[in-house]
Amino acid sequence: MRTFPIGGVHPSANKLSAGKPIEVLPLPDVVNIPLGQHIGAPAVAKVAKGDMVLTGQLIAEAGGFMSANIHSPISGTVTAVGPQVNAQGLRQPMITIKREGDDWVETIDRSETLIKECTLDSKQIIEKIKAAGIVGMGGATFPTHVKLSIPPGKKAEILIINGVECEPYLTSDHRTMLERGEELLVGVTILMKAISVTHAVIGIENNKPDAIAHLQKLAAGYKGVEVMPLQVRYPQGGEKQLIAAVTGRQVPPPPALPIDVGAVVCNASTTVAVYEAVQKNKPLIERVVTITGKSVKNPRNLRTRMGTPISMLLEAGGGIPENTGKIINGGPMMGRAMVNLESPVTKGCSGITVMSGKDAVRREPSQCIKCAKCVAACPMGLEPYLMAKLAQKHGWDSLEENMITSCIECGCCQSSCPSYLPLLDWVRLGKQTVMGRIRARAAAAKAKAEAAKAKETEAEGKK
Amino acid sequence: MEVLFYTILTLCALGVLAAVILYFVAQKFRVEEDPRIDEVEKMLPGANCGGCGFAGCHGMADALVKNDDISSLFCPVGGGECMKAVAKYLGKAAAEKEPQVATVRCGGTCEKRPRTSQFDGTKSCAVASALYVGETDCAFGCVGYGDCVEACNFDALHMNPETGMPAVDPDKCVACGACVSACPKHIIELRKKFPKNRAVYVGCVSKDKGAVVMKACKAGCIGCGKCVKTCPFGAITLIDNVAWIDSSKCKLCRKCVNECPTGAIKLVGMDPLPKTPKVAPAKPAAAAAKPATATATPAPVAAKPSAAPVEKPVAAKPAAEKPATSEEKPQTPVQETPAKEAPKAAPAAEKTEEK
Repeated sequence: MRTFPIGGVHPSANKLSAGKPIEVLPLPDVVNIPLGQHIGAPAVAKVAKGDMVLTGQLIAEAGGFMSANIHSPISGTVTAVGPQVNAQGLRQPMITIKREGDDWVETIDRSETLIKECTLDSKQIIEKIKAAGIVGMGGATFPTHVKLSIPPGKKAEILIINGVECEPYLTSDHRTMLERGEELLVGVTILMKAISVTHAVIGIENNKPDAIAHLQKLAAGYKGVEVMPLQVRYPQGGEKQLIAAVTGRQVPPPPALPIDVGAVVCNASTTVAVYEAVQKNKPLIERVVTITGKSVKNPRNLRTRMGTPISMLLEAGGGIPENTGKIINGGPMMGRAMVNLESPVTKGCSGITVMSGKDAVRREPSQCIKCAKCVAACPMGLEPYLMAKLAQKHGWDSLEENMITSCIECGCCQSSCPSYLPLLDWVRLGKQTVMGRIRARAAAAKAKAEAAKAKETEAEGKK
Repeated sequence: MEVLFYTILTLCALGVLAAVILYFVAQKFRVEEDPRIDEVEKMLPGANCGGCGFAGCHGMADALVKNDDISSLFCPVGGGECMKAVAKYLGKAAAEKEPQVATVRCGGTCEKRPRTSQFDGTKSCAVASALYVGETDCAFGCVGYGDCVEACNFDALHMNPETGMPAVDPDKCVACGACVSACPKHIIELRKKFPKNRAVYVGCVSKDKGAVVMKACKAGCIGCGKCVKTCPFGAITLIDNVAWIDSSKCKLCRKCVNECPTGAIKLVGMDPLPKTPKVAPAKPAAAAAKPATATATPAPVAAKPSAAPVEKPVAAKPAAEKPATSEEKPQTPVQETPAKEAPKAAPAAEKTEEK
């Protein structure tokens, strides 16, 4: 059975909600929709205070090429457009909508019937996906239409559907694959058409045998679609790791992208959203969120409208348990602890993990003993101990040479450290700083080039 | 015997040959360095702090000697006198700068700004502020892990355990600016140094609207603009909901201090003007009697038992949910002093890698 070649760890899976079917969370009375819930430029609000909106109506338009549309998840009145506190406690522009009933935009097909045929061509499909505001729902929130728009000179050879869900606790993709397998497979054929490939692989870790069996049975009816069981190993759900596991190809360091090795990776939930967008005209306004944690009374998977306050999800899971130390937006490896429980569910929010007691507290760090366990664990082949030290000493140039921009922030280094060193804290800081420096350099170079150009044209004008 | 003789002879000959070669090579490739560079370097304080913008004093000395116009070069450690001496030696015009001092523009002490979450990650301001808002609800204020203290090469910054914030020792501060660039929240500013370390400054940089500031901190600038109207010298400007006093225009008249409704304007080294509402304020003459009041750090707060780090504050708040703010606020922060300041780790807002 295949897996990626280097690094990785084996956190205990704790998939508490794997056996719980997807249920629908009641509609919230008020939703907050952040304008920036994807990678890239934030969307631009198209509604103002007092406007009436319908469910599925466009409320914010993509603010650039690398951006995504945002649609209203409920129907009602816009009560505010302005900064609200997000999960990190920072103020971020959001659209607040107060619910009145649940009236959908008429063009959206809300029936359950499966529409297999897709007569649209590649361009139309990508246009529809773009209009629906679909972004990667595994957590990275990369706009899907950007991923599908293959740059000139490059060619996609394989479509990989990410059904790995290697993050402990989370089960939203797992349940989606089980319950919406038909839609998923139609979505796969649509995506194959969009990037014109004949081969698609659905990668699933073999700790989900039911999903593998279910999809294998269904995939028999679709040409070119293969279900590939993968060895269990974190972070196999990382795009580059999954490509390495499925194709054996290594994506070169940034700025190279998966398309440079001919692969396009799409999350399983995203694929279902693509199906809904293309066949049913339904924009991305809801998603499956896992509410989980060892102390949670009723861990479950809930279909939730975007913008729903996370406190509602916790309520649905049986309330905040006693002795809770942290509530994490995402899973325990990649997620981020929240300081504001009223913050909304966003497109990239696949689960809410409640950590209690000892699990929530970091252990006291001691000295680095240079055991290099972090180096062995790093799936990107980096040296986390060195990068952490360099970040502490502000060695930004050396960090850049050491390829810190390749870091995927999976946390394998920190979880494997026997000295409990906060490696990821420093590496993340280093990565952020180095990225900032690279951007500043690019901007300065651009400004310089523009100034030179302006001078040149001026000189020419004088002549 | 013969062998020994030849050996010594060969070695000597080799030595002489090498010396001759080295002599000519040294002549040929000699690097001419202006001897004044070394002299100027000796005149500089030798702190190698980088406050001038160069990596060390040698770099500064090199620039001073090589540039004809040295008015843009200034050594904050040596100050005006050092620069004058250097300029006299080099026969150039020296840069003149008023002495400056680092000022921590945040008044969010432990009692003014309640802690609403606990940070479990690396105790570094840069790390914490890259992750989230910080332990309080103010997104602009001091994080309190002392990145600035670590950056200071002159022992001029120390954490005040009572306020949970850094305090500048104005006598030791050389205004090199290391703390200014180390602070991820940009709350430290180099301001004009007045005689006797007096100062009037706005101790807040929050760009939030008044209501938001008030909710997070009792000592924040709410951007009401009263001080702007009061200032007779036009030294105060209000940009992005926060007032800023231009220290080069400020005459320390202290009128703004009494006007500020939240006490965000800090007064250092002087007594406030007597409060005479609606009457033209009296001249400061009367104020000389009393000893100078406490500085940026408000008068000793009701002593807090925080000196001894509490081992695991977790126990202090079993049911309380640290990461959450809005709802949990009443439980966690309000007057739970021990847990508040405990530098030890505790469950917190931060991403983890348990398991």
